[in-house]
Amino acid sequence: MIDFTFSEEQELFRKAAKEFAETRIAPHVPIMEQTNRGWDEVVKELAEAEMFAVTIPEEYGGLGIGYIGRLIALEEIARISVATAMMYQVFGLGIEVFIKFGSEEQKRKYLPKFATGERLPTVAVTEPGGGSDPKGCQTSYTKEDGSYVLNGRKCFITNSHIADVQVVLANDCENSEAYSTFIVEKGMKGFKATHEEHKVGMRGCNTGEIELREVVVLADNILGGEGKGLKVAMTAIGDVGRGGMVGCSLGVQQACLEAAVKFANERVLYGKPISNLQAIQFKIAEMKIDLEAGRLLGYRAAALQDRGERSANEFAVAKYFTTEAAQKAAKMAVDIHGGYGCMEEFPVTRYLRDSFVLGPSAGTSDIMKVIISRWALT
Amino acid sequence: MLKIIVCVKAVPDPKEADRLKIDPVTKSIPRLDIQLVLNPLDCHALEAAFQSRRKYGAQVTALSMGPPAAGNVLRECLALGADEGILLTDPAFAGADTYATAFTLASAIRKLGFVDLVLCGMVSSDGSTEWVGAQIAAFLDLPVVTRVSEILEDQGDVWTIKSDYENGYRIVKLKLPAVLTVTREINQPKALSFSGILKARSKQIIEWNLESLDLPAERVGLKGSPTCVSELSNLESRRAVEMLEGTLEEKVDHLIEILTNARAA
Repeated sequence: MIDFTFSEEQELFRKAAKEFAETRIAPHVPIMEQTNRGWDEVVKELAEAEMFAVTIPEEYGGLGIGYIGRLIALEEIARISVATAMMYQVFGLGIEVFIKFGSEEQKRKYLPKFATGERLPTVAVTEPGGGSDPKGCQTSYTKEDGSYVLNGRKCFITNSHIADVQVVLANDCENSEAYSTFIVEKGMKGFKATHEEHKVGMRGCNTGEIELREVVVLADNILGGEGKGLKVAMTAIGDVGRGGMVGCSLGVQQACLEAAVKFANERVLYGKPISNLQAIQFKIAEMKIDLEAGRLLGYRAAALQDRGERSANEFAVAKYFTTEAAQKAAKMAVDIHGGYGCMEEFPVTRYLRDSFVLGPSAGTSDIMKVIISRWALT
Repeated sequence: MLKIIVCVKAVPDPKEADRLKIDPVTKSIPRLDIQLVLNPLDCHALEAAFQSRRKYGAQVTALSMGPPAAGNVLRECLALGADEGILLTDPAFAGADTYATAFTLASAIRKLGFVDLVLCGMVSSDGSTEWVGAQIAAFLDLPVVTRVSEILEDQGDVWTIKSDYENGYRIVKLKLPAVLTVTREINQPKALSFSGILKARSKQIIEWNLESLDLPAERVGLKGSPTCVSELSNLESRRAVEMLEGTLEEKVDHLIEILTNARAA
């Protein structure tokens, strides 16, 4: 029998995450919007609230709450600040590759510090020459005296400047079919975070480029085994990266719906609140339908993930649906606000800008369709 | 080690208060689908108990009377740090006024044996009577201080307490065991944490009914309630808008005059 209800404990997770977002993250949002900074403060808040420990197993200092718990936390944080949720979700992606592919030694070395937020990882796959097709990776490595020398450049890397550890996908110079993922630590000679992006939305979410020039790492820094890099990168992005974007999108959808309902009930035209108008009601109904459907898709995929099953295809469907729905919801919320929807004092303008960053992250909607059609056709 | 009881109440979410409507026939407030949450001031009572536990060691028990759904609120108390929860639930308890509620809660506290301290939020966000804490003290024959905003001295069994009034405060010394009702100024409750929620998995919520408490049915719930609600009505509050004219100085002078007159009224 299918049970669609959250457990009492999961409801408490939601309450805790909601209170955290409303009291600890919300005060930072105006600064993030104005300065395109403020990430150090919100990351500190996330760490203090044990958010980075959510998916890490208890034996490595985590809480072992799992992926439904992660999705709940992401949704509630994104409802207040999708910029913060985006950084949180990509740190989660970095953590995930250590959980799934780390050796016992690597797990013991890194995961307890990730759990407390003392150190945090990100994943660097995308390059100027390609993102969703990692085989186009130009960053390369050569073997020299038992070490590995990395060269290349990565772009659009979330947390590029603030992560302590980068998990970098690189191609073997001697075997163009072989890819490996390397743990590169901040401060290593030749590693540098360079250009910072100024995105249309998610202001205050750190995104940028990294450069690797003759970075020398040891074999111990290979994650998931030599030549297994594509599996490491794609598994993490497929299950956790797309799952994270679902959480971010659901939060934006919820925020848009709440803002639209509030405005429609308060805005009086011709003597009545505009929520009395069917044109407005239909928009709100569409936003609600999409939110309900998106939640079912997202939490179903997360439930599969919690059971240890493959969830990449289900998350591709959920990611496609919710990121598109978030953009639609933001547009409708702005429309409902009329002229006020063009004024930055109303948060719907931020939601509209933020919603356009959701689509390309972890694969565009067209890439999702490629994945989904392969799933359907095989 | 101190034994502290914190009385908590499951109340309709105050954020949804504008959805509450009075049933004109039954003079009751139908609960609809409004979620029950922990009465906000009870969080401060819990935090006061946790602060005593951190200093001197204590067993903190959260005690509530309510429908089975109030169990969620006790689970939250456990997640916040209470050591155990007790839910008094029985159809016979339904419809209780403050007198019958306090009688039932006091009976449960008596059943627990010796306690050092009973803490309550000063007021519930739904009933707003401020009576239950004092009535529990009366039933248990314990001293009570209401509206406690600060515990100035809590070593040993004689405590010094600051208690607020509308236009001032008083400093009270009292001997434990005692009942205190607390205001929001007493502390800043810690937020619900994920690790706290996980720790609550191993904690127990005990349910007691009329039979467990060995109480006569006519002393509890609606039957045991001397209060009779004759009328309930909605209060309409409307904002009046007055546009001030003139120069900035004139408008400020006019505003000061309006505010001064309003205070005098």
